[in-house]
Amino acid sequence: MQKTRHVYELLRPVYILGEAAVAGPKEGEGPLGSCFQMVTVDDMLQQKSYEKAECIMMERAIDLALAEAVVSNEEVSFMLAGDLLNQIITANFTARFTKIPFLGLYGACSTMAETLLLGSLLLSGGYGRYALCATSSHFSTAERQYRQPLEMGIQRPPFSQWTVTAAGAAVLGVQGTHQPRVTHVCVGEVIDLGITDPNNMGAAMAPAAAHTLLTFFTESGFRPEDFDYIITGDLGTVGSDLLRQLLQEHSLELGQRHFDCGVEIFRGVEGTHAGGSGCGCSASVLNGYFLPRMARREIHRLLFAATGALLSPTTTLQKESIPGICQAVVIEEGAAC
Amino acid sequence: MLMDYLITFGVGGLICVVGQILIDKTSMTPARILVVFVTAGVVLSTLGLYEPLVEFAGAGATIPLTGFGHTLAQGAIEGAREHGLLGALFGGLNAAAAGISAAVIFGYLNAVIFSARTKP
Amino acid sequence: MDFRQDTDKRNQAAYAAMVKQASPNSPILLNCLKAFLVGGIICCIGQFIGQLARGPLEMDAKLAGSFTSVVMVFIGATLTGVGIYDRIGTWAGAGSAVPITGFANSMVSPAIEFNREGLILGTGAKIFTIAGPVITCGVTASLVAGIIELIRMRLGG
Repeated sequence: MQKTRHVYELLRPVYILGEAAVAGPKEGEGPLGSCFQMVTVDDMLQQKSYEKAECIMMERAIDLALAEAVVSNEEVSFMLAGDLLNQIITANFTARFTKIPFLGLYGACSTMAETLLLGSLLLSGGYGRYALCATSSHFSTAERQYRQPLEMGIQRPPFSQWTVTAAGAAVLGVQGTHQPRVTHVCVGEVIDLGITDPNNMGAAMAPAAAHTLLTFFTESGFRPEDFDYIITGDLGTVGSDLLRQLLQEHSLELGQRHFDCGVEIFRGVEGTHAGGSGCGCSASVLNGYFLPRMARREIHRLLFAATGALLSPTTTLQKESIPGICQAVVIEEGAAC
Repeated sequence: MLMDYLITFGVGGLICVVGQILIDKTSMTPARILVVFVTAGVVLSTLGLYEPLVEFAGAGATIPLTGFGHTLAQGAIEGAREHGLLGALFGGLNAAAAGISAAVIFGYLNAVIFSARTKP
Repeated sequence: MDFRQDTDKRNQAAYAAMVKQASPNSPILLNCLKAFLVGGIICCIGQFIGQLARGPLEMDAKLAGSFTSVVMVFIGATLTGVGIYDRIGTWAGAGSAVPITGFANSMVSPAIEFNREGLILGTGAKIFTIAGPVITCGVTASLVAGIIELIRMRLGG
């Protein structure tokens, strides 16, 4: 039996058979733009609303991932998906068309890690053959739900982040060989150190990331040197800095291995301030950039620790602080062919 | 004439700077800033401090939202003088009716005709 | 920092200090200069319209004031509709938010965003999400101003 409460080594590894990232035009212009399997020309995708456009993005990502895995919808046992919108409508509405047994999840921006984590546990435990993990976010649907209207003439504070318009999907299966595989998962706790400013998401999530990483390294016996990359989701420049400081207090140094998707996806892109955020941020970078690189044998092992800020517009008005969560999975390259 | 415009520019600009300091130094949302300005205008006007500023700076004092508060307060005060308590009740909106009606109607028209866009 | 004691106020205070240090400040001097410039220009446009109303259009002071408000609101609402006002706003901050044109922007921007939810409960309701509190607080405060005037009249004889 497992002695640890957060970290689990999978009974058998779960392979990532196919993955895909679909990104919006602004993300396409960023430094990682060329990695995404699909970059849309505009962020409306000829739809009547931004919500519909986000659904289409998720659908495209799912189709591409299934095609890469050469798995048909009928073979998939679980679809695990979530997004940022109220009642996770993007995931729910996309699931109308996939015809796959569906479990809707909400982990805010940590959703990609959460779906991978649960999908891996299910398959590894012997339940189901394939699991489909998907998530998405869209600047124009998230902004009006969480912050200000698009046409409102306001300045964003320099520590604010820009919601990424992107979707990511991955197909998990127990039968694989050379594909990247999930070997360990770490279930995070909800951590809240009292940050109330909804513009400073990085600060709200950094303690959760620190907690999960510290727990992971303590319980698993891994050391940071064991990983080529330790990836956080969307802490941004402010959150990454805070994470480094928090870990330093516990003498844990990530060094150059640390890679924050939010910082990198918009590096050098004007007006994004502290970086990108949203479910689509870590999802598109993992599925579009890291997993293909691992398939090319450029990366041997990575820790994917995506964070989520679990706030709602209601709790913000009620002056509640912002709880954070961080879920982590260890992904290793498959056997050499 | 030119002096008038310089005074308008200076006073109007300074009132906006107060708003900017509020935005940058506190984490107040835009809605709160607007509420604070209108209410501040009502208070200053009631204390008799805003009318001299309007006489001095013209549009520099009436165009910022504090001027909107001033209009509301002066309307209510005038209403109170003429019609007592009832006048105090409707005088404010009465005086600000033109601005509010215009905002509702032009606002509605624009919102119906155009759609919101994501800015790059 | 001990994460177990999330509710420990000392722990929260220590983290808050850390966050304050790590979060970049707004360039407040530059922002103020921009706000000053744009706010001043918008007020001058208002001044010009007011003079136009009193001069060539031969309106009395009160009507000219209303006329100015209406024209300025029209400009603010239309610039929001065509998608220019928010660009001005990202540059000017309070310079374009505090004038009455900013009030028009605060009505159109939520309304325009919700026109896909219908003309009545979408646009019609959302037009007041930001302007509603402004009108509510302003009118309530004006009633207090009126009542103070009534009391003053009684006391003054």
